[in-house]
Amino acid sequence: MSRMKRHWRLLLRRRNFKVNPIIIVILQRLGLGLLTMFVVSLLIFFAVELLPGDIAQEILGQAATEETVAAFRQKLGLDKPPILRYTYWLRAALKGDLGESLASGRQVSQLISGRVANTFFLAGISAILAVPLSLFLGIITALYRDSLFDRFINVIMLTAISSPQFFIAYILIVYLAVKAGLFPSLSNIDPSMSLGEKIYYSFLPALTLTMAVVAYMMRMTRVAIIDILDSSYIEMAYLKGIKRYRVIIKHAFVNALAPIINVVALNLAYLVVGVVISEVIFGFPGLGQLLIDSVSKRDITVVQAACLIFAATYILLNLIADILSIITNPRLLYPR
Amino acid sequence: MFQTIKLLKRAPLPPLFGLVVILAYLLVALSAPIISPFGESEIVGSEYEPWGNQFLLGTDALGRDMASRLIYGARNSVGIAIVTTTLTFLLGAIIGLLAGALGGWVDQILSRIIDILMSIPPLIFALLILAILGTSITTLILTIAVLYCTRVYRIARAVAANIVVMDYCEVAKLRGEGIWWIILHEILPNSTAPLVVEFGLRFCFVFLFISSLSFLGLGIQPPAADWGSMVRENASLITFGDITPILPAGAIALLAVAINLVIDWISAVRSTKNRIA
Repeated sequence: MSRMKRHWRLLLRRRNFKVNPIIIVILQRLGLGLLTMFVVSLLIFFAVELLPGDIAQEILGQAATEETVAAFRQKLGLDKPPILRYTYWLRAALKGDLGESLASGRQVSQLISGRVANTFFLAGISAILAVPLSLFLGIITALYRDSLFDRFINVIMLTAISSPQFFIAYILIVYLAVKAGLFPSLSNIDPSMSLGEKIYYSFLPALTLTMAVVAYMMRMTRVAIIDILDSSYIEMAYLKGIKRYRVIIKHAFVNALAPIINVVALNLAYLVVGVVISEVIFGFPGLGQLLIDSVSKRDITVVQAACLIFAATYILLNLIADILSIITNPRLLYPR
Repeated sequence: MFQTIKLLKRAPLPPLFGLVVILAYLLVALSAPIISPFGESEIVGSEYEPWGNQFLLGTDALGRDMASRLIYGARNSVGIAIVTTTLTFLLGAIIGLLAGALGGWVDQILSRIIDILMSIPPLIFALLILAILGTSITTLILTIAVLYCTRVYRIARAVAANIVVMDYCEVAKLRGEGIWWIILHEILPNSTAPLVVEFGLRFCFVFLFISSLSFLGLGIQPPAADWGSMVRENASLITFGDITPILPAGAIALLAVAINLVIDWISAVRSTKNRIA
């Protein structure tokens, strides 16, 4: 890798280009992201080949006649070689055509279009709740490290990390929905609702997700800030006699930005995948619920499509986290 | 052994609490048939009976005793999680130690494969595999082992790569020892502490992951008593404000908290030791 880099740099220098090394690093990351996407799409497509024997037989059951199995195989395109099927599948998927559902025969893209929007809506609300809260808690606990408040928050966050999501969800349902009657325990939103109503109905699943993700985000933020506060240039600043708030704003904050942005993007990736369980518990009509339903029905085409969307979002957010942390790194931004 | 006892004596309250809880869970799991009032999937009453003298925590949707199922759950849920974690750990540790000790192109190839595995969200991939192969415990255990061995691999590899450049490893190599001998006799004894911490952490992840899948109906299948599935089976009670279905979820959370407390303490002890040394 480093030889490659040196080679490129030499090449660019010879032509009198002055390219910031940051651009090269970003291009490398983008290329790596694309490669990952490609490999993941291969995995999702060829996972079907894992099945010993025949998928058509497996899905239709032992009772199916030879003709129905053959017809089904043809419908799935199983009579063609795998490489050809993959290229067809990928080309169609890139155009937005994800095939037909095995269970209902409906277009997959039609099944999921509304649900994808709902899922991102839910993840969005959770992010709006979770990001400020966890940054605030992370910064406060780092600044007042080992205080009573810090320990108290840490115990709570440890419990939140250790709890399965359905534990948090049902506690919220019992206390906020059933006993207090503040929010509905069923979040069956539909397109006819106004935005306010949608938020009101999505509040409990969003809160569940928030609780699950705040714990990680807050802990990572806390560690990142403590790391910076412990570094020698902060000590130097204190020794020079600079006031505490100035040290934090002028010296610590600038350097903390990169790790914090990284933490946020990483956790957003986690959040998008984490919606699955929350959606099932609250009956939220999103992509996650459809995915679980389709897994139990073994509706492979729908599962593949949903997995592709989830995996792509996850990889994309991780890529953004990577690139943002490169861009916000002062050492890479101003090369010597 | 003596050192361990000395350390335990000086341990603060939270990790001691964690250890007691872990021991209690193991005890309950081992003695389940003795201490539970009824059988695991025995139908003993009518549906959803309230808490009382005969049925300590009431009965579930089929009229099975909740308390007994909760006790048996310690066996199934924790047992399967332990088996899975052990497999995950062996897989990750063996290829990680090998990659770290050998270096070169073996390390490169293995590390790139692991990088790709790490870029896929585990839940999504597990769901894909379960959809294709159908839900069974063996599929579940193997899938999780492959998906979660990545972190173990990274740590084992890093530790091994650090140790293999030490003088005593060089000496062993010059003596003509094979790679496995070096891994077993030089690297493994010097990397137990980070690997133990990693085992605990992995166990928590795997345990919560299996519970979530069971809760979704895709993990441990009925009639086996399992904490994740128990929550799902009795979830309708929750809409009446009854907290019984939450108890198994609480049992999961309590064990995970206990393990985390112990792990935090072990890491803290290790880092202070390193600082002194």
